[in-house]
Amino acid sequence: MSTKSKSIQNKSSDERLRKVSKLKVLLNRPELGALGGSILVFIFFGVIAGDTGMFSAYGTINFLEVSANLGIIAVAAALLMIGGEFDLSVGSMIGFAGICIAIPAIYWGWPLWMSILFAFSMAVLVGYANGILVVRTGLPSFIVTLAMLFILRGATLAITRLITGRTQVPGLRVLVEDDPIAWIFSADAFKFIFTWLGSLGLIELRQDGTPLATGIPASVIWWIAMTLFATWLLMKTRYGNWIFASGGDKLGARNVGVPVGRVKISLFIGTAVAATIYACVQVLDAGSADTMRGFLKELEAIVAAVVGGCLLTGGYGSAIGAAFGALIFGTVSMGIYYTDVDTDWFKVFLGVMMLIAVIFNNYIRRRVTENK
Amino acid sequence: MSDNLIEFNNISKFFGSVIALKDVTMHIKRGQIMCLLGDNGAGKSTLIKTLSGVHKPDEGEIIVEGKKTVFDSPRDALDMGIATVYQDLALVSLMSVTRNFFMGREPMKGFGPFKTFDVKKANSIASERMGQIGIDVRDPSQAVGTMSGGERQCLAISRAIYFGAKVLILDEPTSALGVHQASVVLKYIVKAASSGLGVILITHNVHHAYPVGNSFTILNRGKSMGTFNKKDLSREKLLGMMAGGEELDKLEVELKEIDRIVKD
Repeated sequence: MSTKSKSIQNKSSDERLRKVSKLKVLLNRPELGALGGSILVFIFFGVIAGDTGMFSAYGTINFLEVSANLGIIAVAAALLMIGGEFDLSVGSMIGFAGICIAIPAIYWGWPLWMSILFAFSMAVLVGYANGILVVRTGLPSFIVTLAMLFILRGATLAITRLITGRTQVPGLRVLVEDDPIAWIFSADAFKFIFTWLGSLGLIELRQDGTPLATGIPASVIWWIAMTLFATWLLMKTRYGNWIFASGGDKLGARNVGVPVGRVKISLFIGTAVAATIYACVQVLDAGSADTMRGFLKELEAIVAAVVGGCLLTGGYGSAIGAAFGALIFGTVSMGIYYTDVDTDWFKVFLGVMMLIAVIFNNYIRRRVTENK
Repeated sequence: MSDNLIEFNNISKFFGSVIALKDVTMHIKRGQIMCLLGDNGAGKSTLIKTLSGVHKPDEGEIIVEGKKTVFDSPRDALDMGIATVYQDLALVSLMSVTRNFFMGREPMKGFGPFKTFDVKKANSIASERMGQIGIDVRDPSQAVGTMSGGERQCLAISRAIYFGAKVLILDEPTSALGVHQASVVLKYIVKAASSGLGVILITHNVHHAYPVGNSFTILNRGKSMGTFNKKDLSREKLLGMMAGGEELDKLEVELKEIDRIVKD
């Protein structure tokens, strides 16, 4: 889509500027669809499952946690998508990061914090490899990261079986308690509020008097923090402008001095690091690493980003949108258990939602880019 | 020393056995518009790329404000104040006017790692600059995609001037525009030149070049057919030289022949 061909279409238009109403400005925001979708989903479940306990403290924490897990990778995937690339290796990276934590900690006797740092440095390497391959070869990131999807998943399985003879590495739970940094990924936040609400009898309690929902899971905090950080990056920093520019028009951006290659490589590192944060949360929570962890998560992350308003062609989208995309995903995937609907229908819903989102996004793109 | 802002003396460029440019000489003065005319394949693109630092000339010298210079990269040329506005304009249509205006050169505020893109300042500069050209950007956060072709061209030129261009190289700025929009862009180019910039206007449209140009260089098959001042050259003569006068005459004869056959 060259600017030249567009200006030909535009040549009959007028020099004067139309007045644009506030509503139209709002309609052009990328996250509008996901925000509206979230509201619809909440209204739907509020009516259908309002009295089932889905929206109790425990139920809410449950669906927020599912949303948060996806949200962590979706936000990074959205940034990369705005930068004009995909990362299909996110799911495999989750599995790979998991065993990078578990094997050194269990089999090599490393302290847990060291294994966690090791996993993050591996993530930087994998992200860098993805990025440099895409930037240097000019191949579509779809192909390069698809290759990485298989390489990482295969390596995860092969290495784990070689060292442990199995495909799972349990036994991490005991290590979490004394570790100086593991709490960042596993501790519940604001426990005192939940205890206090429990003592007032406002939220459900267990037999022993402790609240059923003990606090806000670390993943939710990560989700919110990463969404805010990514939004700040996009809207308020020079780097954010470069992300939009790199995805919107690679050559144009390069011509005015944007370091497109560096921007893209750093975004690939971002998705791999986000996958590792996801892995830390999951592995430390479950106490075990599994070679199949994160399977298909890359596609779910892309669904969330697209539902959140990111264009597949890059240059447009928002981190808040992706966070809401993840919220829709989490709410529906958990909420469906509270309804009479068979859970098999969840994937149907997912597909339909994505289709609607893509059609809607396409319409928005036309509105934004065409002078009609 | 002459009052030439930039001089290109006997520039040649070869690609293997192909002679893309041979002994091209051009001088650009402050406040003047030099039109570079030529038909397709005359070597205009190669010349622009050589002027803007993309290609290094194989022969000849480039003199910027009296100093002999070699451009190693487009960045070098840009640092010397030689800004090229290509046909694709280097604008991202999904991004806002402001974000495009400052793309790659964002104004910052704050300290150290907390430096942020000063959106407010950027917005006000962008609106002000566009206002000076007579384009009323009520909302600088609107996407460039909503602007007309002429407005985009003006935005790209205005951006180059804001970031310190002394010599503007404009590649076919009016080729994709309608009559009205082309006139808006041409008016802006004249205004830019009168503020002291040197302008190289590349075009194959004589009707756009003749009214605004101070001098004309005609390029044909990689060679310069000379530079002419406006007073020495009529529009018809320019048109004839550009299209290769003989060919045009031949065409006229053929057309008359067809006309005669049809009448019979």
